[in-house]
Amino acid sequence: MASIDTPQKTNLMLDLKVLGPILALVVLIIVGASLNGNFLSAANITNVLSRSAFIGIIAVGMTFVITAGGLDLSVGSMAAFIAGLMILVMNALLPMMGPGWPLVFVGMLVAIVAGTAAGMVNGFLITTMRIEAFIVTLGTMGIYRSLVTWLADGGTLSLDFGMRAIIRPIYFDGLLGISWPIIVFALVAMTGELVMRRAAFGRHAAAVGSNDQVARYSSVNVNRVRMMTYVFLGILVGVATIMYVPRLGSASASTGVLWELEAIAAVIIGGTMLKGGFGRVWGTVIGVLILSLIDNILNLTDGVSPYLNGAIQGVIIVLAVILQREKKAEG
Amino acid sequence: MTFTRLATGAVLAAALAAPVLAQETKVIGVSIPAATHGWAGGMNFHAQEAVKRLESVYPQLDFVLATASDPAKQVNDIEDMVATRNISALVVLPFESEPLTSPVKAVADSGAWVTVVDRGLAIPGIEDLYVAGDNPGFGRVSGEYMVSAMPNGGKIVALRGIPTSIDNERVAGFEEAIKGSGIEIIGMEHGNWNRDDSFTVMQDFLSKHDKIDAVWASDDDMAIGVLAAIEQSGRSDIQFVLGGAGMKEMIARVKDGDKMVPADVTYPPSMIATAIELTAVGLTSTAPVAGKFTIGSVLITPENAAEFYYPDSPF
Repeated sequence: MASIDTPQKTNLMLDLKVLGPILALVVLIIVGASLNGNFLSAANITNVLSRSAFIGIIAVGMTFVITAGGLDLSVGSMAAFIAGLMILVMNALLPMMGPGWPLVFVGMLVAIVAGTAAGMVNGFLITTMRIEAFIVTLGTMGIYRSLVTWLADGGTLSLDFGMRAIIRPIYFDGLLGISWPIIVFALVAMTGELVMRRAAFGRHAAAVGSNDQVARYSSVNVNRVRMMTYVFLGILVGVATIMYVPRLGSASASTGVLWELEAIAAVIIGGTMLKGGFGRVWGTVIGVLILSLIDNILNLTDGVSPYLNGAIQGVIIVLAVILQREKKAEG
Repeated sequence: MTFTRLATGAVLAAALAAPVLAQETKVIGVSIPAATHGWAGGMNFHAQEAVKRLESVYPQLDFVLATASDPAKQVNDIEDMVATRNISALVVLPFESEPLTSPVKAVADSGAWVTVVDRGLAIPGIEDLYVAGDNPGFGRVSGEYMVSAMPNGGKIVALRGIPTSIDNERVAGFEEAIKGSGIEIIGMEHGNWNRDDSFTVMQDFLSKHDKIDAVWASDDDMAIGVLAAIEQSGRSDIQFVLGGAGMKEMIARVKDGDKMVPADVTYPPSMIATAIELTAVGLTSTAPVAGKFTIGSVLITPENAAEFYYPDSPF
């Protein structure tokens, strides 16, 4: 799979470069297992993978946006806003439809439609209005964050208690012992990897991110490709929200804070280039797992002052990226 | 006495503003952090309620309420209030102590009355009135409840808030209160007063420790995350979770006799209303209100929970 992008003679170096994030992940797993016996227990693995799913699903979409030379800072706020909207709609329709799966499906539909619309707004402003992605999404980030605070009247939006019991299995139950968030995350990641590697859309996104003039002369519809990356990301934010709401059944101004930076960090750790032109979905998945494992390991050990958690995360993120850059320079 | 200065200000304001205003109208500026989490949301609600009430009670008082999402914005708000509204008094809940100290000092130096709420300024003595929550007391009351609920001791985990002096004072008060009681804190991590963070921290505590007798969540938002994690794990060794602050949903659970939530400890966001009311009293009457007003943290149990339940508040 890797040899597609690079000439044959650099194969060995390329392997090392590709292996960078995997090595980091393996080291983390070994460290975790040696520090605490419960680290590899089924319950802990399920916990870590399920909680990775929100950022993970979003990060897969972010991989396409960044590959096409864009950026989206609004996803965390967008998730909070969509979660708030989903809860409000379900609470409002509850007296009419009664608690049950039909209402859950309405909530899901709301999340997907709102995500699509939010992605289209970002995409429209960036492509048609030609405003820098950084500025557009910085703006929408503030808008969605304020909207959810306003919807919640500064407090917390809570799903009706009866509905919560019905919707709860979406996060906590699963198929054959694997919880739904993990299944959905895996499906999204595999589809993303296929689209990035095998579909025309993935190639077009990389071409646009690499050099949009050349892409345009090669009759790639640059604006359409860019627009689609933001719409896909919006839809995936909606999917992540569908997984998120059942967990605690609430949304507030503190929902999804800094998710955008975690998603971007995961994408970059995974080997996608921040300036666009090359993307690696499976790398993003590894990046997401690295980020959540650091948190998990720090919680499972006593040695480190909790004040330093952020510093350790920062060091590992930078190290993971340095590891790749060096191998690349050698190659 | 700053009467002359206030009088000049009032005359100036009257000259600049619409002449229909009565000359003795005084403006009270209220500057508070925006509703970025549950407690702050409740505080915003009570500030608005107090302003609404006082504006109808005192026709000679005018209020200007500003909410800030960061310390820099709050400094701007206060500067704007002084420059454009000529405030006679400022009620401020500082976002952070250090950055707000000199701007608030400038307001005090200009002769206006200053009421500081909850978080003290870095230099003492600037404010005329300090309405404070009792953070060490909050920790102490929580600790004393733990001791009474677990007379034979036990193993507990604790969740801390955002790393701040508030959090440190609470934890110190708590540790002081449980000293020598046989209660042992086997794990302590920051849940940042956030439901999602406390959910993941509690999941990891449950993986790490085979037996946990009780949890000091130290905040009601964090208690909700903790309870969800315990429910998911299906474990029955945890006897109860103690939150704090007085969120209405949690008070309702205490009131209904929920076994997992047997009590709560107040840290009322309505203390902003106390501050605004006292400031209004100070400006309109001869009653002295200068000094320090400490609002104690109270233990809420099923017996007294009804007194603390405000169904209309967002918090």
